[in-house]
Parts: sequence; C-alpha cells; structure tokens
Amino acid sequence: MTATLTQLIPLTPPANPQLQDIRTQASAYLQEETIPTNRDEEWRFTNLSPLLAQTFAAPSPQLPPVNINGLVIPEAPDSRLVFVNGIYEPEYSSIANLPAGVFIGNLAAAIDAGLAVTDYLGKQPGGEEVFTAINTAGINEAAVVWLEKDSSYDSPIQLLFIATVDDVAVAIQPRTLIVMEAGSNATVIQEYLHTSIPNHLYFNNAVTEIWLGNTATLNHTRIQDEDITAIHIGKTAVSQSQHSSYTGNSIDLGSKLSRHNWEIFQIGAATETNLNGLAMVNGEQESDTHSTIALTKPNGTTNQLHKCIVDDRAHAIFNGKVFVPQAAQQTNAGQLNRNLLLSSTARIDTKPQLEITADNVKCSHGATVSQLEDDEIFYLQSRGLDVETAKILLINAFAVEIIDRIPVASVREKLAVAVKAFKAS
Amino acid sequence: MINPNSPVILSVKNLTAEVDGTPILKGLNIEIKAGEIHAIMGPNGSGKSTLSKVLAGHPAYTVTGGEVTYKGENLFDLEPQDRARSGVFLAFQYPLEIPGVSNLDFLRVAYNSRQKHLGLEELDVFDFDELIQAKLDIVKMNPAFLSRSVNEGFSGGEKKRNEILQMAILQPSLAILDETDSGLDIDALKIVANGVNQLSNQDNSMLVITHYQRLLDYIIPDFVHVMANGQILTSGGKELALELEAKGYDWVTEPQTANV
Repeated sequence: MTATLTQLIPLTPPANPQLQDIRTQASAYLQEETIPTNRDEEWRFTNLSPLLAQTFAAPSPQLPPVNINGLVIPEAPDSRLVFVNGIYEPEYSSIANLPAGVFIGNLAAAIDAGLAVTDYLGKQPGGEEVFTAINTAGINEAAVVWLEKDSSYDSPIQLLFIATVDDVAVAIQPRTLIVMEAGSNATVIQEYLHTSIPNHLYFNNAVTEIWLGNTATLNHTRIQDEDITAIHIGKTAVSQSQHSSYTGNSIDLGSKLSRHNWEIFQIGAATETNLNGLAMVNGEQESDTHSTIALTKPNGTTNQLHKCIVDDRAHAIFNGKVFVPQAAQQTNAGQLNRNLLLSSTARIDTKPQLEITADNVKCSHGATVSQLEDDEIFYLQSRGLDVETAKILLINAFAVEIIDRIPVASVREKLAVAVKAFKAS
Repeated sequence: MINPNSPVILSVKNLTAEVDGTPILKGLNIEIKAGEIHAIMGPNGSGKSTLSKVLAGHPAYTVTGGEVTYKGENLFDLEPQDRARSGVFLAFQYPLEIPGVSNLDFLRVAYNSRQKHLGLEELDVFDFDELIQAKLDIVKMNPAFLSRSVNEGFSGGEKKRNEILQMAILQPSLAILDETDSGLDIDALKIVANGVNQLSNQDNSMLVITHYQRLLDYIIPDFVHVMANGQILTSGGKELALELEAKGYDWVTEPQTANV
C-alpha cells in the first residue's frame, strides 16, 4: 500500500465489532493496490494528480455549526438524514412518524434496530476497486435506508452530506446503504453539498450501495455540488432483482475534479433501469462519469440519457458500458450521450460502449457533440432577447430534459437556478 | 393602403451586402411608408432572403455599403434584439426548433423584452396567458401548441402560424415575411394570410417576400418589386405580380431575349 493510500484511511477503531470483517477485507485488498493512473484504461482521461499532490487528515469530530436552512428539502420534513464531514448529525436530521417497515437512520441505529446491515454492506459485485476499498477500510458510519417487504414511503427521503472545511485539508468518506426488500417503493434525494469556502481543498470519497429486491422500485437522485476546489470520487453500485425498477438521476455541478462510478448489476430477469445524467462544468473543472450496466438475465430494459455542458477550459468525460451477454436475451437497451460545448477550449471525451453477445436483443447507442448555433441565437435575438439571455435560455433548454425527470419540485427549482447562474462564455 | 402623407418607416438606399465574401445585394433601393404592403418577388438566388436577413441583423451577412433608415434612425446602429424591440419583425422562412423551451415561455420573454424597451408594464405568467389566449384566434392556433417546445415537431404550416402569432404579440411597425408561403398547403396559406391581414393597419407596414404570386391573392400588395441579381429591376402595382405569373421571371430579368 502506498503512503498516499494509507493517509486517506481513518485509523479510528470500528464503532461496532460487526464492521471489523469488511474493514479487514478492504485493508487486505489495498495492500496490493495503488492509486490508478492514466495508464489504467478506466482512468485514461481523468487527471488524479490534484489528489496525489495533497495530504489529507481525517475530519475532526468537533464540527463547526452549519447552517442547513437553504439545504433542506421542504418535501421531506420527517425523512432527512444530515451528515457533516461524514459524521451523523442528529440535531440537523429529522426522522419522525415512519410507517411500519420503513427505517431511515445512521449505521449505529440500523444495527441497534437489528437490521442485517453486514449482509449487504460492502457486498456489491465489482467492489474490488481502490476508492471503494479506502472508504470501506475505515468504515464507521453510514446513512441507512431500509424498506421491508411491500412497504413504501411516499415522501422523498433526503440524505444530505455536507462538507465544511476550515484550515485543514480533510478526506471525507460518506457511505450510504439502501436496501429495498421485495415490493417496496421509495424516492431518495442524495446530495453532496458544502457550506464553507475552504482554505484547503477536501476529498470526498462517497460510496453508495443499493439493493433492490423483486419488484422493488427506487427513484434515486444524486446531486454533487461540492466546493469548486474539492475532489469528489463517488461510487453508486446498484443490484437489481427480478422485475425491480431503478431510476437514477445523477447531477454533477461542483468540484475541481469529480468522478462518478455508476454500476448497475442485474441479478434477476426483467428489470428496468433508467439512468439520467447531467454534468455541467466550467472554469478548470473536470467531471467524469463512468457508468456500467451489467445485464445477466433475459428481458431487461435499460434507458440511459447522459448530458454534459462544458464551458471555458473545463473537461467532461463520459464512458457508458452496457454488457449484454448471451444469457440476457430479449434485452431492450438504449443509450444516448449528448454534449454541449460552449467554448473552443472546452473538452469532451465520450465513449459509449455496448458489448453484445446475445443475438435476440434490441440495443441502440449514440453520442452527439454540439455547440450553441448562431442561427438559434439569432432567432431569439430577432424576438428581442439579448445574446446573454438567449444563451441562458438555450443552455437551460438542454439541461431541463434531465432536470425535469427529478420527481421533487424543490430540487428541480434549485437546479433551474443553478443552470441560470451557469454563465455562458 | 397608400397614403402619401404617411411617415416613412423604412428607407433603403443603394444597399450592398455580402455573405462569406460573395456580394449578394448590389445596390438595392426601396422606401416603405406606414400603412403600405410591399411585395418583393424574384427568382431563387436573387437576394430576397438576404435582404430580409440584413434588415433583421443576421451576423453572417456583412453590409458593405449604402444606407438603411428605420423610422429616421440608422438601422445598422441597432443590435438585432434592439431592432426587434423597436418594431422590426422577421417572419422566418425556416423557423427554428428549440427543444426544451416552452412556446408559451418564449412568447412571454419576447413580449416582455419589448414591453421593457418601450417602458411598458411586463406581464406575469397569468396576465400573459390571458393576452395570448386572445391572440390565438388570429391564426386559429390550437392552445396545445403553447405548452410544446418552440416549433419542435410542428408541421410547416404550424411553424408559420407560430411566426404570425409572434408577430401578433410583438405588434411590429415593420413586418418582413420571408417566403412565408413556402411549404404551405392552400388552407394553411389562407389562415396565415388572413392572420397577416388582421394585423395590418395604417400605422404599420409589411414587406412580403415571395417566389410565387399565389400568396398575393390573399395578401394584396400596394407595390410589387421584382428583384434579380441583388437589385430591384422594376416596380409596379399588384397587377405586376399577375404579369410575372403569366410571363415568368425571364420577362423581367432577360428583356433582350424577350425582344428577339
């Protein structure tokens, strides 16, 4: 294990002995590993040098007060978990009146409630990956959402991860576990936000594991709006049983460097998967989404639409893999990546990647790169809009197709404001 | 209607313009007064559409000479959006589709930018909705088109109706209709022409650009100009359009062969 890896792992002992096993496994894996470089195919376009150039401390348990007023979702008054620098904050959280069969709480409370968290935590396929292992090697805390068989929760559930940094560069390791037992139904809004402008950058290494039982339905929105100096590396791993439905909306706005590894594993037939992504970056930002949909059973349906808006000298990367092996007959898979380049120095690397060995399937994929057309801007000018307003309208039009798929009005409105504030060059 | 005492809305003198270094307009002259409807006819490539783009301020067209005065001001001193706010309106031959922008929002933003320019009250969503509902009938537009994206998936006729609806909202002093009849069947043509006629009055003026005479059966021009090779070759009354229809453009553009 390299020194860089070691210093990212908090050395605090596990709060619960049940966590020792997965910690030990992850640590053992890391003994053999190093931080990936551009020579690794999966990290070919992503520049991790800002991560290597910095030393990080574990966050201090003494947290400064945080103002969460503008960050809470009014639609989730009784279903909000707040973590500050990865540490659970009960006084900012609000959990009340949960119906039978629905659990929303931190890891300790989940273990106390007798939920079999260790059956699921760290058990996703494809878990052997450096950043996930770093998170797991020091795991002590998590946001846990658990819906028992046939239960449902009607309001959205907000999982709010706030970074607040002063004069020490910290590595934060947020963790989320969502278990949807058979026939259950929920909507989750998961947000990575920040409240302070740090003097030092921070590293947020977020891991989310989602398990969907037979016919379970989850609508999951993930918003990354870290500070512009931050490094965010996120993993979202989803396992889907038969007839389950996962809809994921992933929005990347912040961070100097962000990476989202989004992995869907089909473990039962006839699943439905909808992935909607929007990365909007400017300045010197770099934002990378690597998605994988690994089908293994027949009759699956997947739809993916990923959009990037890139301005200034920013860089967006999309790599979307869909595996359709022989066993996944009657798959219907569609993938589209659309990119809007707003400056001549902005850069897109896109790689839609379908690997199909089944012979009776319907699969499509495509990627487009476009700019704001002079003719479109002129049309709006000829109706009295100035150039700036015309550009904002067109950028918003491009983004809104994704934003409109988020099922919570206040989240859509907040994102609409962010899009308007995203200045055209 | 012709009224010699009406104020001049648009005066074009010896206008020359080029696109990508190729001269298109080669000394064009026209004067339009309030209340008048002018038609410009001409074969493909004569520069008709270039004239409309130059007047509206399309950035791909470069003015190389001449003068254009709009309501006494140098038109070229105004940015395209300021021309629009001051009452110059171009109905596009090929209106653009803008996916993701609702037609209603687009119309309201356009209306309000003009209101603001004129120092008049801007309308909120509810008040604007009332205004637009009252205008829909001018072009017999189905209200469902308001909630769709601007022109997205509209048929050719629906796009042209939407252009005239924008004209009804913006109430221009000078409306330039660029081949508004292209791609329209006869029913759509009548609806569009009828809309234009409802909006025509003694204070505004129209410049109708068309390849075919048939639009002028429904929008009756006070003047007809024949354009070729970047210039206006001849002008006359509405009967000139009929003559062109009967004899073809060669009759005007190549008089020497007509004499043989």
